[in-house]
Amino acid sequence: MKRLEPLKKVVAEALGELEGVVALRAKWGGVAPHLFKGQEELEELAIAPKYPLPQTLRLIQRAHPESRLGLVARGCEERGLIEMAKRNQIDLERVKVIGLACTAEEAQACRCAKPYPGLLTDIVVGEKTEPVANELVEGFLSKSGEERLQFWKKEFAKCIKCYGCRNACPQCFCPECTLEDALWVETGRIPPPFPSFHLVRAMHTVGKCVGCCECELSCPAHIPLTTLYTLIRREVGELFGYQTGESLEAKPPLVLPMEM
Amino acid sequence: MEYRNVLTTCVYCGAGCGLYLEVLDGRVVGTLPAKGHPVSEGKLCIKGWNAHAFIHHPDRLTKPLIRRDGRFIEASWDEALDLVAERLAAIREKDGPEAIAALSSAKATNEENYLLQKFTRAVLGTNNIDHCARL
Repeated sequence: MKRLEPLKKVVAEALGELEGVVALRAKWGGVAPHLFKGQEELEELAIAPKYPLPQTLRLIQRAHPESRLGLVARGCEERGLIEMAKRNQIDLERVKVIGLACTAEEAQACRCAKPYPGLLTDIVVGEKTEPVANELVEGFLSKSGEERLQFWKKEFAKCIKCYGCRNACPQCFCPECTLEDALWVETGRIPPPFPSFHLVRAMHTVGKCVGCCECELSCPAHIPLTTLYTLIRREVGELFGYQTGESLEAKPPLVLPMEM
Repeated sequence: MEYRNVLTTCVYCGAGCGLYLEVLDGRVVGTLPAKGHPVSEGKLCIKGWNAHAFIHHPDRLTKPLIRRDGRFIEASWDEALDLVAERLAAIREKDGPEAIAALSSAKATNEENYLLQKFTRAVLGTNNIDHCARL
């Protein structure tokens, strides 16, 4: 655990000037998000498995808008913070970001295009590793349109409509979710209607999805959701020249009224 | 200002998925799947994702209610348990143990479920015991 000790030091320092730091805590044989407030808790600081920490920050900030907090963020989480800040979901002025670079293995597991932070912070614990090419997506693109349709039909037929992909997504924050509206999604039916359920969600991640993989990691049916979202991200890049989570200044091509 | 997660087991069925209850300033506000959990491996179904919902729900019963003249009236636990014991004994006396059945709950612990079946068989004297998780 080469990153853990250096991270403890950085968090300990940050606690000196902040009211708390959002990071992962190992306790009872598991790991979960936690608001660290005292040095004595740092023995329990953990690094993996990752959780959508920007969501935790949003929750705490909403209850305590004046608080000054720190957040340990990986590359995907930093990108997520940027998109959330653009839609007034978090207050970046009141957050000190502590960067954490992913290992090569972690980057491989997420097929991550940018497995390190550095846009919102100068502090990055761990060594930058190389971006990972998404071979799944390339393989998928070599299929015909009909083959792709059959692929998604088969995959989405496994959906148990647990809403895990929506719940785990740090970029899903509409107060009223279209996926719970009977007008768009028929109730009492599993699998949910194809393709509306999944494509409604996919459309709503346009310009927001930063490729953190939390949707896929939370899916009990093992649907390869990041393949779909990676392709959407690519299209948004090609059509609108917008790269999610790349800069605080760039304006997203689509902002839904219910997000603001 | 306090935010922490408490590791527990989903109460909704016998699978026993691992989940965290998110506690913000002393109130349970959400559920997170327990990543790396040997049973559920960081996944939950729709019931598990909403495991926190009943805890502070306004419709949740927190005191015993006794029906009097067609209306539910709040009562003390002693009063409620006395009434249940009295009625169960009376029904058993008049119609025999087979007139009684017990329904247990997936929301209860193994130990509590064991206790109820033991009570049903050994005290009430019937095998009429079942549970709500027969889905």
